[in-house]
Amino acid sequence: MPGPAGDGGAASAGRDDAHKGADVPRDADAVLDAEFFLRWMDALARAVDREAARLTELDAAIGDADHGANMRRGFAAVTAALGKDAPDTPGAVLMLTGRRLISTVGGASGPLYGTLLRRAGKALGDEAAVSRAQLAEALRAGTAAVARLGGAKAGDKTMLDALEPAAAALEESFAAARQAAEDGAAATVPMLARKGRASYLGERSIGHRDPGAASSALLIGTLEETAR
Amino acid sequence: MRMLINVPETVVADGLRGLAAAHPGLNVDVERRVVVRGDAPVAGKVGLVSGGGSGHEPLHGGFVGVGMLSAACPGEVFTSPVPDQMARAAAAVDSGAGVLFVVKNYTGDVLNFDMAQELAEDEGVRVARVLVDDDVAVRDSLYTAGRRGTGATLFVEKAAGAAAEEGAPLERVEAVARRVGERSRSFGVALGAVTTPAKGTPTFDLPSGELELGIGIHGEPGRERRPMMTSREIADFTVEAVLNDLRPSGPVLALVNGMGATPLLELYGFSAEVHRVLAERGVPVARTLVGNYVTSLDMAGCSVTLCEADEEILRLWDAPVETPALRWGR
Repeated sequence: MPGPAGDGGAASAGRDDAHKGADVPRDADAVLDAEFFLRWMDALARAVDREAARLTELDAAIGDADHGANMRRGFAAVTAALGKDAPDTPGAVLMLTGRRLISTVGGASGPLYGTLLRRAGKALGDEAAVSRAQLAEALRAGTAAVARLGGAKAGDKTMLDALEPAAAALEESFAAARQAAEDGAAATVPMLARKGRASYLGERSIGHRDPGAASSALLIGTLEETAR
Repeated sequence: MRMLINVPETVVADGLRGLAAAHPGLNVDVERRVVVRGDAPVAGKVGLVSGGGSGHEPLHGGFVGVGMLSAACPGEVFTSPVPDQMARAAAAVDSGAGVLFVVKNYTGDVLNFDMAQELAEDEGVRVARVLVDDDVAVRDSLYTAGRRGTGATLFVEKAAGAAAEEGAPLERVEAVARRVGERSRSFGVALGAVTTPAKGTPTFDLPSGELELGIGIHGEPGRERRPMMTSREIADFTVEAVLNDLRPSGPVLALVNGMGATPLLELYGFSAEVHRVLAERGVPVARTLVGNYVTSLDMAGCSVTLCEADEEILRLWDAPVETPALRWGR
């Protein structure tokens, strides 16, 4: 996969500690500033664009075949908004992204992803830079807001099955978060859908990966890429 | 798949431009995706706002006008509209008497209308909301998204629209909408899959010689697949499914609805079978509407919606209506 756009040498980028024992700065000390979050959102927008057809295919199997197109439309609007007037704090980047998604995506994904990022952004406050631990805490707050809004919990075959383990693993490292999100998305395959349009299928929802969990894995995957 | 379109990206906007050109009595904002009655806000009248994904035409834009919706908000194809649209519509139709949102029960629609309600209330508009969830093919359960909103939406919008036109206050219009929804049930059958403009290929593969029972209106697969049945057999199965849930004690309103690609000749033949089954089951039919009203793009198939009527519901059903898709009594 192509790396994130922009200046790879930014002093602000975090480093993952997948190589235990190596003499590298601890992630918890990494300072993630607005520029890091802008690069993350840019990488996410490009990943969504690249993977749109796959997300739509997943949605066609158990939903209504529009997840990829909707997310692509939303992130195109996010890219335009962030490009026009880039916020100068991490929290503001996530909150603006969330608001644009709510105003452009529609479906369930718009309010759910919008709430995830708005709530996470709110949790980061107006600090100029945040640590990985703070981001993990913010993602947990955002994920909890998604669970409340959608009335879902882990195991219901939704985006929460990727997000909850990822937010927890982010305490450890960016790489662990990415792995947890991908494992979480894969784990939705044998699940019976209990929320959203897939739940109408009952038993026929079993055997398919949840499209929302798949796009959530992109969110966390691009976070890890941006931190490399 | 051949489609009468320019490019998939402009399908919704192109349709709205056509709606505006054909019906000058409507105020159509193509850019912001809101269809409003030309004379809104009507002094003293409760506003009735609905919306949902596009692809179900004439639902909802075709039901905007005197005696039915004050405004409709079309989303992308099969995708609920965004909160900004409904908040804008609410502001455009509110005369001070408040606004009722009619929401089909899908996760996306519910979430976006909830957010719109917050936005509208922040602007000082009094908003009530009614959920339509009539599809008996979906098992209602605390652990799922619940039954889908389908054909009963037409009954709810017609009755609530008539009540609002009579000058009923918000609480009354809401009560009418809720009562009609609670007394309505639907079941749908697909004879062919649906192709969205964006995807260009059918969302599910339905071999000829088979049909899909218990489908929704978004090309989502149904609950069960069977070898092809006759119109008579489909009517037996469909009406049975509805009556097992509804158990009406009096006359019903019947909507014999086409999914978009089934000819009216076939629909009328099917309607005759529906009447036959209802007669056999001792259920009198007070009114019947046959046609493509709550559609699913190019899906072949049909659905049956029954509403247990009473004098008030019949009066509201018969009340004058003047919209692109339904008009009588004026």
